[in-house]
Amino acid sequence: MISIWFIPGIILLVLAMATWKRVPAYEVFVEGSKEGIQIAISLLPFLLGMMVSIAIFQASGAMGAILKVFEPLMQAIGVPEEILPLAFIRPISGTAALSMTTELIRTFGPDSLIGQLASTMQGSTDTTLYIITVYFGAVGIKRMGDALKVGLLADLVGIIAAIVVVFILFQ
Amino acid sequence: MVNLIWVLLASVGIIFAAFNGTMEEVNQAIFSTLDEAVMITLSLAGVLVFWLGLMKIAEEAGLLRGLAALFRPFVQKIFPDIPKDDPAMGYILSNMTANMFGLGNAATPMGLKAMKELKRLSGSDKASRSMITFLAINTSSLTLIPTTVIAIRMKYGSVAPTSIVGATIIATIISTCAALLIDRFFHYRRTRMLNHD
Repeated sequence: MISIWFIPGIILLVLAMATWKRVPAYEVFVEGSKEGIQIAISLLPFLLGMMVSIAIFQASGAMGAILKVFEPLMQAIGVPEEILPLAFIRPISGTAALSMTTELIRTFGPDSLIGQLASTMQGSTDTTLYIITVYFGAVGIKRMGDALKVGLLADLVGIIAAIVVVFILFQ
Repeated sequence: MVNLIWVLLASVGIIFAAFNGTMEEVNQAIFSTLDEAVMITLSLAGVLVFWLGLMKIAEEAGLLRGLAALFRPFVQKIFPDIPKDDPAMGYILSNMTANMFGLGNAATPMGLKAMKELKRLSGSDKASRSMITFLAINTSSLTLIPTTVIAIRMKYGSVAPTSIVGATIIATIISTCAALLIDRFFHYRRTRMLNHD
């Protein structure tokens, strides 16, 4: 419930400081805002291109087929296989991951092992592909260097950490 | 690498659909995604315009400098390439703060602005060291309070909706530390390769 106070609180703090420091708040706001339009427009090609590619991959069923291959491995190490699709989709698509988490929580219950795993995974890593696409796209970076490798490796560690931590805390 | 991933996702998908009999679904997915991408961009435009305006006021009022000064010793270690009093630091910190409290739609505009500032510093179309570090931190997530997940858990009748907060914080700390270590490792590998040339 504290969270509903947060954003209005920040706005109030910024405006109060601006008034105190005699900053012409409204003029500065409009000046800074303009940049937002420009960023949003330059973003669209990057975002749209990446989203279409991911959508094709998912809708074709190729994603599901790849996951099937990994199921026995998950069973072997004792992690519920239902969690695997989420682990794979989390770095790729935020909306897909969120709907998957919701579905897992609905089906197995929020307080089941699978429910706890899904909740923790959803919260402890972010959508790497989306962030990289959007952040680099907005400023027109063409050569991304090691960013994707670093991001995906960190996701792998994050997913494993989520599984291990949940097993320790809830089992 | 992004080129390769992009081409692979689409072409493997199409070829797979040909054998799997899911070409219909692929067609639908393509066109519904176009709409979705435009919708996401539009709603992002709203938050971008609002937050960048507000953050500009914060910058002029000296709030960003204050925030940067507060965390300087810590952040300077993570981003050694950014000059001490650069506005980039203030935007990076606002992005991280918003992320920690689960304010995703405030975090993105600040992150994008931080990237613009980092680009001004580097002046090239190649990702700089600071950019890669900044993205590594963002992709590993900094969320301390996963508000969306808690809301979903409440909706489906959890007896302890916030029970996963502890686990999420521990997993987040581990993944963020890992991201920073992996980032350092790749950075040193890059510089080593340069020295060999």
